[in-house]
Amino acid sequence: MILGVLAAYLVVVLVIGLWSHKLFRGTGEDFFVASRGLGPFVLLMSLFGTHMTAFTLLGASGEAYVRGIGVFALMASSSALVVPAVFYFVGIRLWSLGRRHGYLTQVQFFRERWESDTLGLVLFVVLVGLLVPYVLIGMLAGGITVFQVTNGAVPEWAGNLVICAVVLIYVLYGGMRGTAWVNTFQTLVFMVFGAATLVVVVHRLGGLDAAMARVAAARPDLLVREGNMQPLELLTYLCIPLSAGMFPHLFIHWLTAERAAHFRATIALYPLCIAFVWVPSVLLGVLSVLDFPGLPPAAASAVLVRMISLHAPAFLAGLLAAGIFSTCMNSLDSQILALGTMFTHDIVGHYGLRRRLSERQALLIGRSFVFGLLLVTFVLSLVTTRSIFRLGIWTFTGFAALFPLAVAALYWRRSTKVGAFASVMTVAGLWTWFFVMSGDRPGYTLGETGIMPVAVILLASTVAMVAGSLLSQPPSPATLARFFPGPRSPR
Amino acid sequence: MSRRATRLLLYASLAALAVLHHDLWLWSDGRVILGLPVGLLYHVGFCLAAAVLMLLLVRFAWPEGLEAGEDPR
Repeated sequence: MILGVLAAYLVVVLVIGLWSHKLFRGTGEDFFVASRGLGPFVLLMSLFGTHMTAFTLLGASGEAYVRGIGVFALMASSSALVVPAVFYFVGIRLWSLGRRHGYLTQVQFFRERWESDTLGLVLFVVLVGLLVPYVLIGMLAGGITVFQVTNGAVPEWAGNLVICAVVLIYVLYGGMRGTAWVNTFQTLVFMVFGAATLVVVVHRLGGLDAAMARVAAARPDLLVREGNMQPLELLTYLCIPLSAGMFPHLFIHWLTAERAAHFRATIALYPLCIAFVWVPSVLLGVLSVLDFPGLPPAAASAVLVRMISLHAPAFLAGLLAAGIFSTCMNSLDSQILALGTMFTHDIVGHYGLRRRLSERQALLIGRSFVFGLLLVTFVLSLVTTRSIFRLGIWTFTGFAALFPLAVAALYWRRSTKVGAFASVMTVAGLWTWFFVMSGDRPGYTLGETGIMPVAVILLASTVAMVAGSLLSQPPSPATLARFFPGPRSPR
Repeated sequence: MSRRATRLLLYASLAALAVLHHDLWLWSDGRVILGLPVGLLYHVGFCLAAAVLMLLLVRFAWPEGLEAGEDPR
């Protein structure tokens, strides 16, 4: 029954994605950014759905199972403030420049802003390198979901494969419009079914007050932050949501808006959407200690699915599992589209291969690149031992540490390509260092102080940007006029 | 109040809200209010406050010059 519901859900997703092809205008801009014509509702739903990954439902509930309610303050409420602020200060300005100059990718923007092809190439490698673990998160979550709801009848690798295949089909056929439509549908699904899961589970546990009383008796440590995290961790975690300013898939989604005013609803409603999705996720993680006490941290990512399997009747369990599936695919599709867009424009198009190839051959190469990357990610999903939450944190750390690039490009005329290079190389070096140093230690912070690596890398990246810029020649007046056209443009 | 002053006030509110995110006074408070641990309830309220602030930002401090043809500010 559960598998049947999941299969039906995947068919619906495919139909929506393929149906969007009816509106395809046959141009590259239509395929990659839906002709920059999305309205406010689809923009909000697709941006939110793209940003909320499997990390939100499975990773956060798993982490709440281990560390309690503090996970909400760490990731959810911090994102509720920082992410819409990033949209306000960075997103809408990038949208404006992208529309004026026809950008489709971050690499195009930064390459022209700082007049450097090499910088564009280095950024391409770094962004793709950071995006792969992010793709891996969605894949792992899909496998876990299928494995748990079928009581192990379908192995995790099979779940991974199915999700990849479905996403690949509607992304390559429907492009950005298909992805945005599917994201909108799936965002509604996981918002509704996430809340529904909480209602069902709480009802089965005898009500919220009774359930909390049982948690307070069995594991009072989960209802406070003392002993589960340090104040400096909460402080430095505030840097993590800055990653939204550098995610390639969010950048491309920003460009789909028809008008700047369409961002207003997205910015204002984002904090509410975050609370609506994260409260059930964290609460269910905490409540799951009542039914599944003593799980090792590596198994915690599956507690949400276990709760659904235990408490919901088969048909409802299938629907709720579909809600989890939707978060996996929502981010996967946008990431895959972003990877394809970046490779097609930043490598195949920019380096002149396009002139020697037909449109069809260029697209084939782009799709082959995406397929190859998915294959590599699939192999990684078979061998990785890190939890979804920790894998997510490292990905976010890398993107957040690159945030000074976006700020400098938009607000600091004096910033230069040398500064940008210094910043990117600092991030690459320090990120690798901390990643290796952390090993498999859960909750790794600097010297056990609570200071997250992201704060150190972000600070170093900012210093590198400033020092490198001040020690080198600024971009040409023509470039500055292009990016800061007004009399009161930011300095 | 001038547009510039409104904008500065809202930016200052953003900074103040960032400070209020660090509710150290509830760090070891395990009370349950309205069915939720107080440390969680506070941050749900924080999300509501963030939504109100964002609404004020997009209403009273929306950047000009974003659309093609507008005077950039």
